[in-house]
Amino acid sequence: MLWGSNARAAHPIFFHHVLKAIRKGAKLAVVDPRQTASAQFADLWLGLNVGSDIALSHTVAREIIVSGLANQAFIENSTSGFEAYRDCVMEWTLDRGETVTGIPAASIRELAHTYARADRAILCWTLGITEHHNAVDNVVALINLALLTGHVGRYGSGLNPLRGQNNVQGGGDMGAIPNKLPGFQDIETDALARARFEAAWGVPIVPKAGWHLTQMFDAMEHGTLRALYVIGENPASSEADVTRAQHLLGSRDTLIVQDIFMTRTAELAHVVFPASVSAFETEGTVTNSERRVQRVRKALDPPGNARDDIWIITELAKRLGAAWPLATAEMAWDELRSLSPMHRGMSYARIEALGGLQWPCPDETHPGEKFLHARLWEKDPEKRGRLAPFSPVVDDPPVDKISDEFPLRLTTGRKLDSYNTGVQTRAFASPLREGEAIEISPAEARSLGVRDDERVRVISRRGQVVAKVRIDPGLRSGLVFMTFHFPEEVETNLLTIDATDPRSGTAEFKAAAVRIERLDAQAAVS
Amino acid sequence: MSTQGYVSVDAPVRMITMDVDGRPVKVREGTTILEACKTAEIDTPTLCYASNLTPVNACRVCVVELEGARVLVPACARKAEAGMKVKTDTERVRHSRRLVLEFLGSSVDLSTASKSTHEWIATYEANPARFGADASMPPPPAASAAGETASHDRDHAEPGHHASPDVSSAATVAQAPKLDNDLYMRDYSKCILCYKCVEACGDDAQNTFAIGVAGRGFDARISTEFVVPLTDSACVYCGNCIGVCPTGALMFNTEYRMRKDGTWDESKQKVTSTICPYCGVGCDLELHVQANEIVKVTSPADNSVTSGHLCIKGRFGFSFVGNK
Repeated sequence: MLWGSNARAAHPIFFHHVLKAIRKGAKLAVVDPRQTASAQFADLWLGLNVGSDIALSHTVAREIIVSGLANQAFIENSTSGFEAYRDCVMEWTLDRGETVTGIPAASIRELAHTYARADRAILCWTLGITEHHNAVDNVVALINLALLTGHVGRYGSGLNPLRGQNNVQGGGDMGAIPNKLPGFQDIETDALARARFEAAWGVPIVPKAGWHLTQMFDAMEHGTLRALYVIGENPASSEADVTRAQHLLGSRDTLIVQDIFMTRTAELAHVVFPASVSAFETEGTVTNSERRVQRVRKALDPPGNARDDIWIITELAKRLGAAWPLATAEMAWDELRSLSPMHRGMSYARIEALGGLQWPCPDETHPGEKFLHARLWEKDPEKRGRLAPFSPVVDDPPVDKISDEFPLRLTTGRKLDSYNTGVQTRAFASPLREGEAIEISPAEARSLGVRDDERVRVISRRGQVVAKVRIDPGLRSGLVFMTFHFPEEVETNLLTIDATDPRSGTAEFKAAAVRIERLDAQAAVS
Repeated sequence: MSTQGYVSVDAPVRMITMDVDGRPVKVREGTTILEACKTAEIDTPTLCYASNLTPVNACRVCVVELEGARVLVPACARKAEAGMKVKTDTERVRHSRRLVLEFLGSSVDLSTASKSTHEWIATYEANPARFGADASMPPPPAASAAGETASHDRDHAEPGHHASPDVSSAATVAQAPKLDNDLYMRDYSKCILCYKCVEACGDDAQNTFAIGVAGRGFDARISTEFVVPLTDSACVYCGNCIGVCPTGALMFNTEYRMRKDGTWDESKQKVTSTICPYCGVGCDLELHVQANEIVKVTSPADNSVTSGHLCIKGRFGFSFVGNK
């Protein structure tokens, strides 16, 4: 099941594996407001209203429970909190689910029965779940379904967030999360871990979580965050509500940007450190979506004065008065292994020989874990450990409400040949590239009286842009779509809302309310 | 060993014993004669076979003699069975392999085919020139002037509409290369119709179905629907067809231009394995680098993430590197 994921376009080689399974008889269900390229390969496409994921999940859950398809043994042995969860989903009848999600009750029923009856089922999600103001609740709603059916902790079953960026998993692994030290060790509660890092680094570790991105922007607004060091990120283009983001970034006492490009953010910086391309010009590791730690290697010499990240950081430390020795990537990695138990068994030599290793890998004889949470199936309660909790969550529609003034739901996403704000992909001549457009359904085009390629004004409560129209039969009436790959052409994020999940810090890129206005005839042709 | 949560993915497989060139060879049940030959460390020529595609038995260059079988069998596709007796180096096998290489070499330009192809041509003493001109050589001016072969529009050949063959030399598939997009080119005068590109584009990997085999007999050719340019076809430029092409009929534009300019030099290229910088799937890339420039990108066929296949960003999306 792909939920809020268009893997055919966003994770093409993962989708090859899905296609292999389909050719062998596996069933594919796709939950997505748009009838995407992935949906075209699906046995079942559920085109839900944007932001009704919890409603759909609860309706599926109730149908599974009332049809007697819940995995009672697993629920009893391995989970907690089922009663409260059952009570919270019971009001979600198929009829109510149909009304809220816009999906025919029969399709919801089919999804519930197919998922619950499957011997093995994998539930994958992407930003369609997490780019919402209630992202964590959305994720939890999906986890509940896996617990209800026991589709977790066994080979071929499980929950899988498909990571959208090459090393976003590795960033988390390495502690680029406000409340974690490397190896997901909690900075506030894990005193033993803190002591290990203190001993290794010779400095006290303050047991206090930092800020995630959205909190940083709030702190900038309140004047408590005045200096910022941005490495390999382009928030001046990628943040929701970019007008605010650019203003805040541009008004810091100090803004340092370390990047391979002169990005929009770098243009605002006081100092720019030219970096090298990690995948092609440096040594190191990344972690992919299946927790596989993989080696990147230097194939090219970086241009001009561009330097390796480790060199830049070491030199910066030197200027600040700390005499760090210049480490190789492998030395830095071995230090991590000494401090992060889940990485301990992953030497460069083993990663090399085995083509990558999946964490946790606690010692050098460990083959790496193919999948997580197998303990939940242990017969011995001792080994089973902490029960997996059901989490009752409440349906909470998008913040930016549809109204008479803003009658269309704008959702955003990626195209096959482009990537994020386009700084890497615009350099190659893709024959598929069509530039930014506001994609609308054929019905919408008729009612607005607009044609393909006509330029229109798209207006949200926060801003407006002019973009050309592209008619997409995969969209339903009321739903419009844009990418954010071409900010130099059309700044889509002038429209999006920065309503943010308080726990994940992710903004609701997937749901803005807009209206489309025709330009006058003169402007439309220019 | 701590293996909590770790399970072996493969079902247990029986081992069977067969005989290759008089030696007993033990292989996994369900594998092929080709695997058995590999296990016995016998080098077998292949053109249409790829480990990451379904065998199609198109080229017949891998044939071996199987005791009890009336005809030679293709090693790449024929399943190994217990007790089989296979001979790989008889006169019959050598003769058949030589003929396949000569027929292909006399009608198709093999000049950019894999190094191993040229080694097999030498090993089997194949001499395409005995059927007239060697197709990898430019045709003599007289031949192209008389030229049904050179000017014959293969893209629109209709069944039965043949000019009378010039029996003094073998017909060739010579035609102009197709340069219709910014990423890769197609030169079907180098195409041996191994079908690998069609399979990689189709349900063996990419499932895009932008190309297929059109025409029959000697007019059979790889084509987009209605011979439209790639830019009007279903192609999504994953380049997985390039990745499996054994003859260089499909090529990165970078390689094509460098070969034309005489700057392509594999002895000066270094291949470095790294991980694609785009999405979170973690595809292994092999960067072919010459003079500090990426000139080609491939992925190993035995890689657990990619099976040798990439998408447009992984294959072609590297131009941002070194932007000054």
